[in-house]
Amino acid sequence: MATALAKAEEAETVEYAARIEQVSKSFAGPAGRQLVLDDITLDVAPGEFVTLLGASGCGKSTLLNLVAGLDRPTAGSIATHGRPALMFQEHALFPWLTAGKNIELALRLRGVPKSERRGRAEQLLELVRLQGSYGKRVHELSGGMRQRVALARALAQDSQLLLMDEPFAALDAITRDLLHDELTRIWAETGLSVLFVTHNVREAVRLAQRVVLLSSRPGRVAREWRVDIPQPRRIEDAPVAELSLEITEVLRGEIRRHGQH
Amino acid sequence: MASTETKTATDAGSVEAGLDALETAVAGRTPFRQTFVRKILPPIVATVVVLVIWQALISLRIVDDPTKLPSPSDVGGEFKRAWLEGKLLGYIWTSVSRGLLGFLFALAIGTPLGLLVARVRFVRAAIGPVLSGLQSLPSVAWVPPAVIWLGLDNQMMYAVILLGAVPSIANGLVSGIDQVPPLFLRAGRTMGATGLKGAWHIVLPAALPGYLAGLKQGWAFSWRSLMAAEIIASSPDLGLGLGALLENGRNTSSMSMVFEAIFLILFVGIAIDLLIFSPLERWVLRSRGLLVKS
Repeated sequence: MATALAKAEEAETVEYAARIEQVSKSFAGPAGRQLVLDDITLDVAPGEFVTLLGASGCGKSTLLNLVAGLDRPTAGSIATHGRPALMFQEHALFPWLTAGKNIELALRLRGVPKSERRGRAEQLLELVRLQGSYGKRVHELSGGMRQRVALARALAQDSQLLLMDEPFAALDAITRDLLHDELTRIWAETGLSVLFVTHNVREAVRLAQRVVLLSSRPGRVAREWRVDIPQPRRIEDAPVAELSLEITEVLRGEIRRHGQH
Repeated sequence: MASTETKTATDAGSVEAGLDALETAVAGRTPFRQTFVRKILPPIVATVVVLVIWQALISLRIVDDPTKLPSPSDVGGEFKRAWLEGKLLGYIWTSVSRGLLGFLFALAIGTPLGLLVARVRFVRAAIGPVLSGLQSLPSVAWVPPAVIWLGLDNQMMYAVILLGAVPSIANGLVSGIDQVPPLFLRAGRTMGATGLKGAWHIVLPAALPGYLAGLKQGWAFSWRSLMAAEIIASSPDLGLGLGALLENGRNTSSMSMVFEAIFLILFVGIAIDLLIFSPLERWVLRSRGLLVKS
């Protein structure tokens, strides 16, 4: 508890959880070098929930990889405090370990002593409402449960910044709704900063304090919206639907440009 | 307001608990009766059928020459005699101890070799193709050179086993490592598992099923190579293993002894697989959900 408070204070003194400055990224493609991200500048404040929204080819996953440190930008700079945690569309849990041991591996790699790991893993499972699933194998869990274990494992990294790459895209609608509730609750409880990538406009509005729309080919920051609708929101709420409609119109406009060349 | 908020929160929790329960399969233990009928009974029936046909061939005088086909009771008598003379377990142990020891050597050499080939690009380009090519070379081909180099002794046997089993084990590990999903490596890297830590915590456990398949095949190759070596290079100094028993049967024109040796070789091969490798493989696959209960 004391460490959590110290962390919160520390977070107060820094003004960003991630700072992306004039980042560009290009890959060698069949038609020469292809620019994927063009001059992206974006800050995620401590404790802020930001969604990155865009159609295919906007490079949102590429940007997330850059922030995660899995790849280097061609130009520009990215600053984070320590290594961010990353959640994928696939749960990426290791099938040779139980749910609990998956979480403990993250703790172990972070240097948490053996005696504390078990208790910490149980706590994290409780946080994602999976108490009692410590000894379950990955294949014994449903899709939604797997993503919750993956979330617990990401939280075990004790990073200030959580990157999420369309983590709920492969889930059915009922489960996704529930996981939105869970994520909002956990985000509020932990004070994490979240950078959440999605192509689902309503999901973006449902979750975020700020929605950043990327244009496609190359990816640029097209527009930003602040979402002031109080939490807990529901995806069916009228203000959520209204803002989603507005954003969808702009998104469609962006997509339409590509058909006109 | 506050009360409705807590209500939504607990609500989400209970809905989630319900959904979890709905989506989690309830797995029960298969009753023994079912296992018996599906798994144990069929091979027993098959064995009985073979014995009945065999006996019928003799009784109906379709095959009348005991030097070509001995009766089941003759072969049984051969087993009984070897057992009463106290030699039966000796034959088995001579071969099995050689085979297992050779296999352990092969394991100790094949594993680091496989790691090198999988992880070092130069080594892979240099010896990778040869290593997979060696798998298709019958290991009996190694017996003549091994006899010339090492003479008729146990070292020669082990050399032949190694040459047969090492490529299988190394190749199993290589293909196991090649098939590790890139997603696991990325997930490991974001958690700080890079370099040796990554190899230990992510790559090796992820490659385990492929490695085990390699081990299983490696054992089969060890056993086959050993039998080839024992048949070709039988010598009284080497002790009487199963291959030598087979060769003795041929030399003394005792078809019952030949049958006895063949049955024993088959029995050991199946027993080691059933007792060691299959349970190990099934355990690994089942714990990962890769084995569908049939």
